[in-house]
Amino acid sequence: MLLIHCPYCEEDRSELEFRWAGEAHIARPENISAISDEEFAEFFFLRNNEKGLTYERWRHIHGCGRFFNAARDTVSDRFLMTYKAGMPKQPVPETGASEKTVETYEATEGDAR
Amino acid sequence: MVDSGANFGSDIAARTLPLAGFHGGSSAARLETAPPAERISLRARAEDVGALSGALGVALPVKPKTSSSANGRTALWLGPDEWLVIAEGNGGLMQAAKNSGVLHSAADVSHRNTAILVSGPGAAAAINAGCPQDLSLKAFPVGACSRTVFGKVEIVLLRTAEDAFRVEVWRSFSDYAFGLLCEGAQDASL
Amino acid sequence: MSASSNSGAFRIKGAGRLTPARTARFTFDGKSFTALEGDTVASALLAHGVHLLGRSFKYHRPRGILSAGPEEPNALIDVSRDAARRQPNVRATVQEVFDGAKIVSQNRWPSLKFDVGAINNLFSPFFAAGFYYKTFMWPREAWVKVYEPFIRRAAGLGVAPTEEDPDHYANRYAHCDVLIAGAGVAGLTAALSAAATGASVFLVDEQPEVGGALHYDAATMIDGQNGYDWAQASAAKLKAMPNVTVLTRTTVFGYYNHGFLGLVERVTDHVAKPDKSSPRERLWQVRAKKVVLATGSIERHMVFANNDRPGIMLASAARTFLNHHGVAVGRNVGVYTAHDSAYEAAFDLRRAGVSIAAIVDNRADPSEALLAEARALGISVLSGHSVTDTGGRLRISSMTVARNGGGNARRIAVDALIISAGWTPSVHLFSQSRGKLRFDDVNQRFLPDIYAQDCVSIGGCNGTDDLAELIDEAIAAGGGSVALSGENRFEWTGGMIGAAEGAGPDTTVKAFVDFQHDVTAKDIRLAVREGMHSIEHIKRFTTNGMASDQGKLSNMHGLAIAAEMLDRPIPKVGLTTFRAPYTPVTYGTLVGHSRGELFDPARKTPMHVLETAEGAEFEDVGNWKRAWYYPKRGEDMLAAVNRECRTVREVAGVFNGSTLGKIEVVGPDAAQFLNLLYTNAWDSLKPGKSRYGIMTREDGFVYDDGVVGRLAEDRFHVTTTTGGAPRVLHHMEDYLQTEFPHLRVWLTSTTEQWAVIAVQGPKAREIIQPFVEGVDLSNEAFPHMSVSECSVMGVPARLFRVSFTGELGFELNVPADYGPAVWKAIWERAESMGACLYGTETMHVLRAEKGYIIVGQDTDGTVTPDDAGLGWAVSSKKLDFVGIRGLKRPDLVRENRKQLVGLLTKDPALVLEEGGQIVADPNQAKPMTMLGHVTSAYWSENCGRSIALALVAGGRSRIGETLYVPLKDRTIEVEVTDMVFFDKQGGRIHG
Repeated sequence: MLLIHCPYCEEDRSELEFRWAGEAHIARPENISAISDEEFAEFFFLRNNEKGLTYERWRHIHGCGRFFNAARDTVSDRFLMTYKAGMPKQPVPETGASEKTVETYEATEGDAR
Repeated sequence: MVDSGANFGSDIAARTLPLAGFHGGSSAARLETAPPAERISLRARAEDVGALSGALGVALPVKPKTSSSANGRTALWLGPDEWLVIAEGNGGLMQAAKNSGVLHSAADVSHRNTAILVSGPGAAAAINAGCPQDLSLKAFPVGACSRTVFGKVEIVLLRTAEDAFRVEVWRSFSDYAFGLLCEGAQDASL
Repeated sequence: MSASSNSGAFRIKGAGRLTPARTARFTFDGKSFTALEGDTVASALLAHGVHLLGRSFKYHRPRGILSAGPEEPNALIDVSRDAARRQPNVRATVQEVFDGAKIVSQNRWPSLKFDVGAINNLFSPFFAAGFYYKTFMWPREAWVKVYEPFIRRAAGLGVAPTEEDPDHYANRYAHCDVLIAGAGVAGLTAALSAAATGASVFLVDEQPEVGGALHYDAATMIDGQNGYDWAQASAAKLKAMPNVTVLTRTTVFGYYNHGFLGLVERVTDHVAKPDKSSPRERLWQVRAKKVVLATGSIERHMVFANNDRPGIMLASAARTFLNHHGVAVGRNVGVYTAHDSAYEAAFDLRRAGVSIAAIVDNRADPSEALLAEARALGISVLSGHSVTDTGGRLRISSMTVARNGGGNARRIAVDALIISAGWTPSVHLFSQSRGKLRFDDVNQRFLPDIYAQDCVSIGGCNGTDDLAELIDEAIAAGGGSVALSGENRFEWTGGMIGAAEGAGPDTTVKAFVDFQHDVTAKDIRLAVREGMHSIEHIKRFTTNGMASDQGKLSNMHGLAIAAEMLDRPIPKVGLTTFRAPYTPVTYGTLVGHSRGELFDPARKTPMHVLETAEGAEFEDVGNWKRAWYYPKRGEDMLAAVNRECRTVREVAGVFNGSTLGKIEVVGPDAAQFLNLLYTNAWDSLKPGKSRYGIMTREDGFVYDDGVVGRLAEDRFHVTTTTGGAPRVLHHMEDYLQTEFPHLRVWLTSTTEQWAVIAVQGPKAREIIQPFVEGVDLSNEAFPHMSVSECSVMGVPARLFRVSFTGELGFELNVPADYGPAVWKAIWERAESMGACLYGTETMHVLRAEKGYIIVGQDTDGTVTPDDAGLGWAVSSKKLDFVGIRGLKRPDLVRENRKQLVGLLTKDPALVLEEGGQIVADPNQAKPMTMLGHVTSAYWSENCGRSIALALVAGGRSRIGETLYVPLKDRTIEVEVTDMVFFDKQGGRIHG
């Protein structure tokens, strides 16, 4: 179970208090009624679902109730940082050698092919 | 066409508390239902906290996970613009908030919530049967409060003394919360 | 008879740590035995000379006890206290004996000594690795009738209990600075060190007592004291410290993300008469800032022909049974080893008076110190020799020994054979934490390398063999300082992985690698020959390591054999990942408190008790219990609903609407916010009025609906569907916080603040009139869709003039605690006027008679407001709202979309089935072209016929057409109509 730092509560809390809310930094177009079908598809349907560093939204739904953003490594499940909603995309801090990303379960199962 | 013979309007409706008749707990963690209280869910921007605190007679805390009490009222920080204000009896909280004259939202939630008081040396352990927060005095000192989960329901937890907590819960979840607290209290006594 | 002989002929006087006077009786397969308190089932049976404990999974070969701990693959038993308290697949080496325990062997029929399934052993050439994959392939029909029943009967270990588990289980969340898994020398030392710093410490061990390897390793001294005694004293010291929690009989079964660990504490399984208030097991969900892994290592068996006979066991196990339980595993014991540690077992047994037939050492040059000690004890050592076979049927009777590389074999009589191929560091939890292992070539073992979490491995599981070094490592891991010294008699060296002499590539002997799944060395070779080149494939093909013991003994051997076949170094073949749980965990533990009434919260409205008293039947709507209908004596559901439907339209009905979601929207920008969240326009709504609103998602599909009342310029009372309340609030908060944060408005859930009493029907006004103060209820002053704050029976209330029935209707909102009193008073008056109570079923029928939709029943997430006939609720003037762009998508504006319409069956008595598919031509070839489906269908007492709503392609243009609903046995003819079946002019609502 993840341990998530809520930037509003300024504390690490159990994942049980949170709800994931999809990819972050996808702004609703100001002129939404005027955008093309392709632009709408890009905004509403298409997601990157990247392996590794992702920016995502969480809501501390059973805590302070606030939505916030997180930078998480989907391979190691490590949270690199969390920050308040409305803030621009934050650069992730450099990780030291001791915090080297460890691959998935599958990848640790040997490199035999 | 109206049946003017009836005069029900003058009968004041009686109050039925959601946990009326509930008893439980153990030697380590006593469970009691709290008396009815007045509660508001108060929302406001940072710049209006001062005026609202003055009007309510209790300082709205601005530090996460903290509460403050004064004049029979307790204000619990739930979020950066959200407080649960609890008053003993009928404290006129809605009117008091209105008197502040500043922008805010107050919603009466006196009947939405009910409260269970958990006390005794095993109080924290009883709550930890379903609550994932660290309830050590270091992490959750007296006066600390938080919205959190308890088993499958949401609660607001307030530590009122080293070995006493107030568990605020929505009324329809209260018998579940009470039941789980009973089991937690039992386990805390072993 | 002395107490010690009572508790078994193999009990050695003066040996072990159990108290001879404290006995417990238990039965094994119906036969009664006496054990000592502190015995495991394994040690107790061995004390009586019982080695045969079960049959193997595939070949039904007789099996005994291999280990003395949780790694046991063989000795699985069924343990019960009574009929309901029965647990299959318990490891006999873990289960402590309690007085009255009933133990039954598994996987045999009709008896343990004569087992019909053992015929599989004779046919074993057919059951080689991959047998199931190759055999059960075709024909397809055979799967259902032949293969699956066969596999189901053959598969699975033990028999699941049939009765409900009467025990209860507890859950506890906890936090600590340091959690130490394993309380052997390393774990205890780390705990002493960490505790000294004032940190909060959890010290966890799966055995009943701390000590770990000190249970058997009687020669180790710590601080000049017997190691085991030092361990107990240290644990007592730790337990007395307020910052330390010592949990024994507790297994750390899972090491998850971010320092989260799952622990299971076995609270009563060892107790004869458990306190009823005690949980059987307690799940600890611990969040640790730092984890110290001190899980030790696990001894491996030797892989050689017929190495599975009862009486063959690990050397450390024999040593545990002797030094801890005081039990000799035989009278004439053979030893087969590739590692020094077995010598110490032999020495201990010899000193206890057991004869040692011979130590057969696979290695050419055992250390001189060991050989000298063996000589001194009169034990003959055959170095450079191997055990190439064993004899005996239900128990080993001999071992066949030969010099390595050929030479004459000879048989040596034994009644037990203890074996050791060396030690495998127990890296399971490290691996679960996502740490990466490296292969230690010199010692042929995997060791922790790259850590993924704040965690450190110490002692055996870190490959630290030297005791002094281990103590230093443990002190450092604890972060404090402790003065401690330790010494052991011998430095253990040697060991092997893979098949031993005689079980090599060119043989078909059964040399078992995985005992629980009956995987032999030749099975692994076969897998490689058949093309499996990754250990993951080999594992799945042979099922090596896939049994409930997760290959604690077998993984390394299997890997080595595969590597040898592939002619690749071991790290290149890979290691399968260890996953949680480390040992099996009962369902009860994982379920914890979530059973019975605590399985899921049953949400009850304030009036629940009163509804029950009126005889209501309830239905579940989400977690809510809603009154479904109120049958009177002799009425079935249909009769009750028909009566309720009729009464509401003729007189009036009282309905509990409390579960309706309610959200208080407050702030100067409240109307602007609602403009953005609903398709309707809200600025035009005046205080004191309400409006039906439709909420769409960005994609343009209907998400929720409800009546919204404006109480003041800056205050709205929003209602949602019962099931939609939480997600609608979440959806609103999402937009408010992240897209429209500039709006000065706040949202508060008030669902449970209000008890809602709906009174609907021609006499509704008359019924509520006397209770309401502060509102003129006349049609002129308080027309349909009015809302007002008022006083009801002296309490502040909100009154809506609103209708979901098409009748004159009111909804009274009173603070929830007052709900029962107001309900009672209103119902008393309503009843006296001939009205009825009605439930959700009647509500559904009445609204369908009027063509009012239910979101989620008549819509399914692909329905636009226009599809639902609600196009009028979508403002064409607003520049923006959530869904405005989605609604313009090509597919949402195309012709021939499915639209909601009414259906009338040609035969008015037939009620359609919800979900029934609709076609234009019932005689077309299958698969037919479906035009849509029935979403709602009821018998309407008020219309005197059945009615239905349906989503039909181009529905509104088909009004008047005849369509068909084909069923299995018949086809129902229907006519497409508009959606209003009752009071088409809609006059009654304004009554």
